[in-house]
Amino acid sequence: MSQPKLVLQNVGKWFESNRESVEALSDINLEIEENELAVIVGPSGCGKSTLLNIVAGLEQASCGVVRLNGREITAPGADRGMVFQSYTLFPWLTVQQNVEFGLKIKGVHPEERARKARHYIELVGLTGFQDALPKTLSGGMKQRVAIARALANGPEMLLMDEPFGALDAQTRSIMQDLLLSVWEKERTTVLFITHDIDEAVLLADNVYVMSRRPGRIQAKIKVDISRPRDHRLTVSREFTEIKKEIMEMLWAETASV
Amino acid sequence: MSVKRTTMSSYFNGYKKLTLFTFLSILIVWCALSYSGAVKEVFLPTPGAVVKDFWQMHQEGILIPYTLASIYRVMVGWSMAVIVAVPIGMLIGTSKTAEALFEPAIDFARYLPVVAMVPLTLLYFGIGDLQKFIIIFLGTFFQLVLMISDVAANVPKDLLRAAATLGSNKWQTYRLVLMPASLPGIMDSLRITVGWAWTYLVVAELVAANSGLGYMILRAQRFLAIDRIFAGLVIIGLLGLITDYFFKWLTNLIVPWSEKVGGQ
Ligand SMILES: Nc1ncnc2c1ncn2[C@@H]1O[C@H](COP(=O)(O)OP(=O)(O)OP(=O)(O)O)[C@@H](O)[C@H]1O
Ligand SMILES: [Mg+2]
Repeated sequence: MSQPKLVLQNVGKWFESNRESVEALSDINLEIEENELAVIVGPSGCGKSTLLNIVAGLEQASCGVVRLNGREITAPGADRGMVFQSYTLFPWLTVQQNVEFGLKIKGVHPEERARKARHYIELVGLTGFQDALPKTLSGGMKQRVAIARALANGPEMLLMDEPFGALDAQTRSIMQDLLLSVWEKERTTVLFITHDIDEAVLLADNVYVMSRRPGRIQAKIKVDISRPRDHRLTVSREFTEIKKEIMEMLWAETASV
Repeated sequence: MSVKRTTMSSYFNGYKKLTLFTFLSILIVWCALSYSGAVKEVFLPTPGAVVKDFWQMHQEGILIPYTLASIYRVMVGWSMAVIVAVPIGMLIGTSKTAEALFEPAIDFARYLPVVAMVPLTLLYFGIGDLQKFIIIFLGTFFQLVLMISDVAANVPKDLLRAAATLGSNKWQTYRLVLMPASLPGIMDSLRITVGWAWTYLVVAELVAANSGLGYMILRAQRFLAIDRIFAGLVIIGLLGLITDYFFKWLTNLIVPWSEKVGGQ
């Protein structure tokens, strides 16, 4: 059997502020397989973003190790693409230029990167908007571009921190379906974070449930629902059952306060 | 598309009308107060007298030369401030070390009244144009540094983080993200401080000047030539207005992508 794509071993994180120390993560152990769509769900403030930022290399773990393909991670890099909850398109660049950003830095030939960018813009359904500036796009469209920008870079892994959290309910389900269809085609390993249980079950191969702060991985729940999926699934029985299981786990967690 | 264009232009027509309304109102009140004799002519000249004085100044051969001399001083003094303040401000806004090195000193310096430093500038820099530049520099530099550092520090962190996750190194992030992201704020700071530069012009021409609008106003004050004081103020006001519009136009040109810049 091949080694897991991403391994976290005994990862912990403290934030030191003046005289006070906040423990955000405690003893996180996680293994994510190649091509897995992994979703971490947990209550607000449990350290989900902190965990993802450590994997991205944007923050350093206080203890433990993170390995991608067996290599230890210490800094951000193009091998881990990220989509943020906030809109992070570069407002002075067009959609096309935004998607080309990472490739340009890498020194990819202009024709090659234009071709790649066009491909991913099409994949997220934004053909015709190549020359638009971010300020003219809706929130959902901005996140589509952000996904295209991350994927065009050809990352080993895609990290997503509540990317649809700022969108209205209808746009959010459209984006979830879009992500599912993109993932069907690309099969990039994804680590997705949310506090929305429906979203977690709809997307995930495995849902990792986190406890309140200091965050730990409380359980790994396999979502054995066939693909391709879309949001119509959310009213099916198998979906509701898994959702109930996760809900009870999170409720038990809040009840024990 | 055509619908959008008409609404845009009617918006601008409305805007222009309101602006014109304000200026006309001021003029009417001025006329009423001065021509009726409600305010004595030694306090408030009539618009006619001010216009006549413009002609007088032209006859004396000072209208254009004095205006140019002042524009020259403001531009050089303020440009000196910009050239030094922008890089230092960017550094302070992005590096704790630079902040510790520069910010307390600048905070101290910006509270020193520039008027009180005039004697020192005369001692150090003589009575030439350099001394005028220095006064305008002192009046704008310290504020500008702090404004620029604020702009750089307020670039959204996630924008810089996004660049890092796309594979950009520190310098690339600085050059390709931080600098363009700071541009709209920098343009705003420039527009605001160039206005202050005009304020410091009069301070700069307070002593040891023999040309310029500030000098002219101060000399007119000595002779109680109230219409000339007004004429000088009107010129400075108009130049300020033009500079402001120029900067708005330039901002549209340089950062058309900014959320603040209207229209598409
Ligand atoms: N830079 C920091 N300094 C101090 N404490 C921090 C810092 N960043 C996060 N924390 C704390 O660590 C805990 C976890 O934060 P984190 O943002 O990872 O939670 P989260 O699960 O992503 O929350 P949310 O659902 O609100 O996004 C929080 O209690 C937060 O206050
Ligand atoms: Mg978060």
